[in-house]
Amino acid sequence: MIGIPLSHILIFSLILFAIGVYGALVRRNIIGILISIELMLNAANINLIAFSKYTSLSPETGQIFALFVMAIAATAAAVGLAIVLALYRVRKTVQADEVNLLKW
Amino acid sequence: MTSDQIIWVPLLPFIAFIVNILAGRWLKNRAALCSIATSSIACVIALPVCWKVFNGAHFAHQGTWLMLGTVPLKFGYLMDPLSATLLFMVTIVGTLIQIYAAGYMHGDPRYSRFFAYVSLFMSAMLTLVISDNYLLFFMSWEIMGLCSYLLIGFYFEKASAANASLKAFLTTRIGDIGFLLGFLTLFTAIGTLNFAQMNTIMAGAHGGPDALNTGLLALAALLIFCGTIGKSAQFPLHVWLPDAMEGPTPVSALIHAATMVAAGVFLVARSFSLFMVVPNILPIVTAIGTITAFMAAFIALTQNDIKRVLAYSTISQLGYMVTAMGLSGLGAGTFHLITHAFFKALLFLGAGSVIHGAHVQDIREMGGLFKKMPQTAITFIIASLALSGVPPLSGFWSKDEILLAAFGSGNFLVFGILLLTAFMTAFYMFRLIFMTFFGTARNHDVHAHESPSLMTVPLWCLAVGSVVIGIPGSPFMHHWFQKFMAHMVHYPEYEPSAFVMTCSVVVAAFGIGLAGVMYLGQKHWAAAVARTFPSFYRLSFNKFYFDELYSAYLIKPFNALGRKLFGFDEKVIDGAVNGTGQNTLFLSGLKNWIDKYIVDGAVNFMGTAVYFLNSFTKRVQTGFVQNYLLIVFFVLIVFLAFELKF
Amino acid sequence: MTSHILSWIIFTPLIGAFIILFVPKNATHCIKWIALSTTGIVTALTGYALTLFQPAQAGFQMMERASWIPQFGVQYLLGTDGISFPMVFLTAIISLVACLASFPHVRVKEGREKEYYFLYLLLETGMMGTFLALDLFLFYVLWEVVLVPMYFLIGIWGGPRREYAAIKFFLYTLAGSLFMLLGILGVYFAAAPHTFDMTLLVGMPRGLLFQQIVFMAFFLGFAIKVPIFPFHTWLPDAHVEAPTPISVILAGVLLKMGTYGFFRFSYPLFPDATHWFQPAMAVLAIVGIIYGGFVALAQTDFKKMVAYSSVSHMGFVLLGLAALNANGFRGAMLQMFTHGTITGGLFLLVGVLYDRAHTRELNDFGGLGVKMPAYAGFLTFFALASLGLPGLSGFISEFLALLGSYQYSKVVTGLSTIGILLAAAYLLYMIQRVLLGKLNPKWAGLGDIKFAEVLTLAPLMVLILGIGVYPRIILDYMIPTLDGLLKALKVS
Repeated sequence: MIGIPLSHILIFSLILFAIGVYGALVRRNIIGILISIELMLNAANINLIAFSKYTSLSPETGQIFALFVMAIAATAAAVGLAIVLALYRVRKTVQADEVNLLKW
Repeated sequence: MTSDQIIWVPLLPFIAFIVNILAGRWLKNRAALCSIATSSIACVIALPVCWKVFNGAHFAHQGTWLMLGTVPLKFGYLMDPLSATLLFMVTIVGTLIQIYAAGYMHGDPRYSRFFAYVSLFMSAMLTLVISDNYLLFFMSWEIMGLCSYLLIGFYFEKASAANASLKAFLTTRIGDIGFLLGFLTLFTAIGTLNFAQMNTIMAGAHGGPDALNTGLLALAALLIFCGTIGKSAQFPLHVWLPDAMEGPTPVSALIHAATMVAAGVFLVARSFSLFMVVPNILPIVTAIGTITAFMAAFIALTQNDIKRVLAYSTISQLGYMVTAMGLSGLGAGTFHLITHAFFKALLFLGAGSVIHGAHVQDIREMGGLFKKMPQTAITFIIASLALSGVPPLSGFWSKDEILLAAFGSGNFLVFGILLLTAFMTAFYMFRLIFMTFFGTARNHDVHAHESPSLMTVPLWCLAVGSVVIGIPGSPFMHHWFQKFMAHMVHYPEYEPSAFVMTCSVVVAAFGIGLAGVMYLGQKHWAAAVARTFPSFYRLSFNKFYFDELYSAYLIKPFNALGRKLFGFDEKVIDGAVNGTGQNTLFLSGLKNWIDKYIVDGAVNFMGTAVYFLNSFTKRVQTGFVQNYLLIVFFVLIVFLAFELKF
Repeated sequence: MTSHILSWIIFTPLIGAFIILFVPKNATHCIKWIALSTTGIVTALTGYALTLFQPAQAGFQMMERASWIPQFGVQYLLGTDGISFPMVFLTAIISLVACLASFPHVRVKEGREKEYYFLYLLLETGMMGTFLALDLFLFYVLWEVVLVPMYFLIGIWGGPRREYAAIKFFLYTLAGSLFMLLGILGVYFAAAPHTFDMTLLVGMPRGLLFQQIVFMAFFLGFAIKVPIFPFHTWLPDAHVEAPTPISVILAGVLLKMGTYGFFRFSYPLFPDATHWFQPAMAVLAIVGIIYGGFVALAQTDFKKMVAYSSVSHMGFVLLGLAALNANGFRGAMLQMFTHGTITGGLFLLVGVLYDRAHTRELNDFGGLGVKMPAYAGFLTFFALASLGLPGLSGFISEFLALLGSYQYSKVVTGLSTIGILLAAAYLLYMIQRVLLGKLNPKWAGLGDIKFAEVLTLAPLMVLILGIGVYPRIILDYMIPTLDGLLKALKVS
């Protein structure tokens, strides 16, 4: 376990976060955006665990924190999916660029 | 107990009034029975009481009716010589006239209504006679005025009757208002309206007149006399009485000859103690009376309507009575009032009989009626002789008393005018008789017939009365009546004078003779006289133009003033109100404009400015979630860059 | 119930009004009978209160007191005395009669009985309350309560110019009562401690200038209601346009609220100002009497003539008020009562004729005495009562007012008798044009007065005759209070 240095894990998490940002910004499908957001959250989780392992005296704290993030991500996804479902019922679409009611 | 039943005397006819007005529809001809019965019972009750008073008794009773300030105003009856005399006359004459009316009005559609009014009148007149204070007197006085109004306008489909009734009511009301103010003044001056109390106060005042406010009392007497002028048709308010002849003839006899119009004279007699105390008021009374007596007789000379001649004769005789009162002749005036009531009622009933039989009222269409209606003619002539002052009929004795009062008090001008009037009276009465009953029939369409006995019997009763009623005041009974009256108030008496009697008889005979010559013999003389003195003739024929004067100078300006004020009301006062409204509306319009364009304008300008500015910034708001996210991302990066000091 | 009889009198009509709200709109019979029985109950209650009333007692009786808005010392204070009780009695009778007279009238107007009777009963509550309130604030509130239903009653059920008349009436009266409100506030703040309670306010001393100013403020409020010349022009319009029963209420009760105000508030609160304004009041009274008479003489509209005759007759009330002595006050008080009954009757008779002929133009009529003999009898009776025929109540009141004013001023009395003459002239001229003369063939089909209509007139006739023949039946109730008022005014 010791074999993997901290920098590698951080680079991995950075790549994962960048993919999430990219997805969130360019996907038109709201489901896709939601998934991208999940990716970003997971990247953050990896960071939390990595730092906890390498720097903290009590590694459990980072793990507990990651578990919290996962639980909240799940509830957020559930709310987001519910909104998407409701939107679909009304507008018959899940494309973000077709939902621009708040435009000036 | 002896005298309290007197209150039934006015009450009984009032009950008849109630019954007739409410149940007249079902009573039909029995309405007359109802009125006559109550009136007769009243007569039966009243006469014994009168008899007691004639023998020196005196009754009074009263109860509180109203509080005037802290003074209780008591209503009650007063039976003294004056009221007993009047009561005697009113009950007898009233009952006889009602019996006559039952025949005269037969077949009229408003038969019960007629008797209701007559009963109400009797009730009011009897209340007036026995009342013991001015307020009750005034109240019944006004109700009599109402009855007069209703009965003059009895045939109200005729416009002339409707006008006459209005005229009568309004003219007498002018006098009545004077009367009302008069007894208000009296109340202020002496604090009572009771006749007996007033007499006591006035009797005390003979000693020291300074104790009373004579100025106020003079005003009171003058104003009370206004009532007499109105009611007794004295100059200048006499104009209503001739027109009042539009009423049914029995009404003319009862109200406008025998009783109601005499109430004005009775008022002066009632207030006699007041008039005696106040200086300078009696000459005014004398003057008014004399002017009236002469003027009315002068008008009567040329009138052609049988009832109008009698109406002017009534005015003239009322003038006589008022003159008598003015000459302090309480006995003489009252005496003439009584005798006049009998023979004038008889004259009117006779005229009614003629109208009933011949169906015309213009004496130029009559003539030779003596043979067709002898009973009417004989009684009519008896009454005319009495009126003309032929001895030994009643009118002679009473008229002689008045002439004596004028002569005795040294008013020779008044004496002369009254003698002249007596001459004219004899003349116009016999002009009437000769044109009506003698000569030949002028209009052959007139088919006269004698009236039924229901009408002729009262005529005969009154004829007997006209003959004998003068005796109590004649030398045969040693002037009992005058002495009887003097029990009440002290007034000067004069020794009988043979000169006055002779004058009186001579002018009467001369008048009758001249009428005989002019209207039976030399028929062209009348026209010749009229041609010779055209202005006098026109003045007499047109009744001194009183109606025209009043119409032009009183009635029309009054109506015009009413219309003017109404115009003023609508234009100026209401205009001001509406103007205020309009101005308020205009102002509010102005404020509305200011609000809309200035106040609201500022607010809207702010809005517009903000709107304009935001048209630049609003572009950021694309509505795409990802744009917002991108902005967040970049901003985050920029912040990180700053924070990490790249 | 005995202890709250006055509250019952005031609020029974309100209860009736709310019951009517729960009745379906189409059940017109039910609505009418509720309204009639409510007014009947109020009359019965008033009759019961009459038995409790102590005529010989001068002060307030049957008082009811409760705190209403304690922060400002406003109380619910009721009480009656010889001035207000006759007015309450009059209101009860007139309301009953006018309610009965409403039956045929409202039907014509597209059957809006429910609103009509609701407003009508509300109006009665306001009127009763105005006469019974002894707290200035409560008085003002109830005074305004009268205004609102009146506005709608004229404005909805009136004649062709009803909106104009209703608005004029409302604004005019409101303008007057605002001045009165200022006066009330003035009195309130000048009193120490601040209070609206009449029983406490009466004895308090006030400066003459203050009295004059506040008297003027009250005067405007009351003068418009009476109405006193020159504030009278709302009256002919409102009378002519209002439906018959409302004209009856207007003439019978509302006008009296003004003169009642003088008796109840202006005189006892401002005795010095009262003396100071006496000549002005007398002059206004004569002007009203003569002016109203002349204008009535010029009218060709029957109702307008009666309306202007009201101006003239209310002048006699003012004349008695201005006399400031026992007879004048009695005359004024009695005239308030008799004018309510007589003029109410005249308006009812105008209505009877209008229902049949649909015109009020006097010159169009003529000879109706033949066709409608019973109607002719009633009309003559009321006209005679109005012109002051002795034996009927109008005479007594005018006589007392004149006697009172005579003790004050001869000239004033002399001039005001012109009004009596004018009254005879315009009323008899009216009778001549309507009843006498030849029958206009246009009216050959008119039927005589009906029993239901006679029923509305009969109570008024009984009162007119009863008071006319024996005025003590009502004067004995008024005299102790009026004498007490005079003592308070310190008039010898």
